Amino acid sequence: MNKAVRDVELALALALYRTMARIRAFEDAAEEASKGGVAAFGASLSEAKVRGPLHLSTGQEAVAAGVCAHLKKSDLLTSTHRGHGHTIAKGAALDRMMCELFGRAPGYNGGKGGSMHIADFSVGMLGANGVVAAGIPIAVGAAHALRARGGSDVVACFFGDGAINRGPFLEGLNWAAVHALPILFVCEDNRWAATTASDATTAGAGALARAEAIGVPGAQVDGNDVFAVWEAAGRLLAEVRKGDGPRLLHAITYRVKGHVSVDAAAYRDAVKHDKELERDPLVIAAQRIATRDQLEAIGREAREEVAAALKIAHEAPWPEAKAAYTDVQDTGAGRWRG
Amino acid sequence: MARMNYARASCTALEAAMRSDDRVVVVGEDVGRGGIFGQYRGLQQAFGGKRVIDTPISESTILGAAVGMALAGLQPVVEMRVVDFALCAIDELVNQAAKARYMFGGQGRVAMVARLPNGLWSGSAAQHSQSLEAWFAHIPGLVVVAPATPQDNYSLLQASLACGDPVVYLEHKELWGLEGDVDPAKSAQLGEAEIVHPGRDVTVVTWSRTRHTALEAAALTEQQGVSIEVIDLRTIWPWDRDTVLASAARTGRVLITHEAVQVAGFGAEIAATLAEETDARVRRLGAPRIPVGYSMPLEDESRITPQAISAACTKLLEPRNARNPHR
Ligand SMILES: Cc1ncc(C[n+]2csc(CCOP(=O)(O)OP(=O)(O)O)c2C)c(N)n1
Repeated sequence: MNKAVRDVELALALALYRTMARIRAFEDAAEEASKGGVAAFGASLSEAKVRGPLHLSTGQEAVAAGVCAHLKKSDLLTSTHRGHGHTIAKGAALDRMMCELFGRAPGYNGGKGGSMHIADFSVGMLGANGVVAAGIPIAVGAAHALRARGGSDVVACFFGDGAINRGPFLEGLNWAAVHALPILFVCEDNRWAATTASDATTAGAGALARAEAIGVPGAQVDGNDVFAVWEAAGRLLAEVRKGDGPRLLHAITYRVKGHVSVDAAAYRDAVKHDKELERDPLVIAAQRIATRDQLEAIGREAREEVAAALKIAHEAPWPEAKAAYTDVQDTGAGRWRG
Repeated sequence: MARMNYARASCTALEAAMRSDDRVVVVGEDVGRGGIFGQYRGLQQAFGGKRVIDTPISESTILGAAVGMALAGLQPVVEMRVVDFALCAIDELVNQAAKARYMFGGQGRVAMVARLPNGLWSGSAAQHSQSLEAWFAHIPGLVVVAPATPQDNYSLLQASLACGDPVVYLEHKELWGLEGDVDPAKSAQLGEAEIVHPGRDVTVVTWSRTRHTALEAAALTEQQGVSIEVIDLRTIWPWDRDTVLASAARTGRVLITHEAVQVAGFGAEIAATLAEETDARVRRLGAPRIPVGYSMPLEDESRITPQAISAACTKLLEPRNARNPHR
């Protein structure tokens, strides 16, 4: 047992495991419900309950769980297209999330956004995003707003390894450093960007090295070890909360599924892939927590919670067509034709 | 003549161009794997990574580098995945690619084809479902092309590669699997529309996927004894005024329909031209001015259906003073 684990109380360890188990159960159910759905790679219409591109965070649960365990409700979070884990770990309810994935009216976005735009502002989750790196400048602005309101709240800004090659990464980190903004940047490095291995398109040592060059210090951790993530995120967030300026956590993890749920990812080396699967963050965490019965109970509860969410989503009403015309804008909005 | 789908057709045209001219290169994300729609399949294997260039997720540099490539003698085909992501490269497209030739007094030209798949993408919500052809038509310096069939995706890509100026090439996000006959010997002219269904009573001007919707509408209206002439514009800029005006002169009634939001859509430009040049009655049918929603009932509000086209044609045949209360 390493030091980090010893420092974590058992209750906390179980809480981290529970968050991961809930994310895993949610992703598994969403994946199942998306079968036959619209692929990012060649579209086809179907009867799938979850339509459109579904980006699963299966296998990356430790990053969301370990970081968000340190966040308060009043802290803010920006996410990516692969955002279910962040949303769950920040405190959103699984049933309303599943309703959103099913396109139903009780979903967090009223069915307007779906998986790629899932958001729960009531817990400070400012939205998943369909555009790579788009969350970074938004996090910068949100941090200005937090500073204006006073207090020690922070923004957690999640993005993938692919995002660090877009301009907003450089611009956002530089800006945050110049203004000493309260942001924890979290590069969730699953080593793939769609069908391309990230190292094939990324020069240098990656996210942390780039951040440090800009004057944003941070840490690199095994993103499949929830305790390591928890420990590093805690330390960095304490500095951010103190007003020391932005920090970056570079969490190395692995994209277990295809880019979207219906992508078989045949472009990856099967032997290497199988090797990666052995590093399941839930298994790694379970090996370090002695109380097996409790873990099984947590897993069961998570699956039951998701089953209940699925039932609610299946039975939930569709949005009315006229809802398509609300929340566009107030001045100059179009009118419902019906 | 060969049967192939829309994706394969473009790939075949590109492959031929790359074989005959080694200045032609491809630049974009995931192109080495054949592109996310298979529109580059096999090209990197055939031509290597120096001509089919895999890039980081760096849209502004993909497009900006293509401008540099073109000014220095290459002929880049730019992959932007979907039109919505090209918005991350709008300066490079609008301020650089479109302006270079003019600003520099003709010293250089930007012979590039920027592929920006356009249109509503089912289940993909607001940031992946836009139809932005009117934006590009508004920019002097850009040619705007929107193929609707495998043959056109072959012939128009070929014509675009020969164009010499920056072409915004708007394939439709959901037509990749569409099968059709492709005759490689058949060429197309940029700026030349095609009358895809001759008719007497109403002219329907359209492009991209809505061409197929309009053909379905033609079958519907035929049952009601209304004969519609469907014109696929194929090139948005320059658009084929002669074909449209001649058809309008024959039918006296024109509907312009497109997937893009109706307000300030390219249909408005055609309607205005018809008002200036003809006595034809004109209507437009585009999407309401709302983002595309994820959930099906919301998304459906943005779809153009054969029924809606047929109904709009019928309205054009009603007496002029029968007011539509919804307008
Ligand atoms: C600006 C932009 N370019 C391209 C895309 C298409 N796209 C969606 S996800 C993705 C890969 C992103 O990789 P990464 O940031 O590492 O996140 P991951 O998918 O691995 O979680 C790409 C290229 C996009 N959504 N936005």
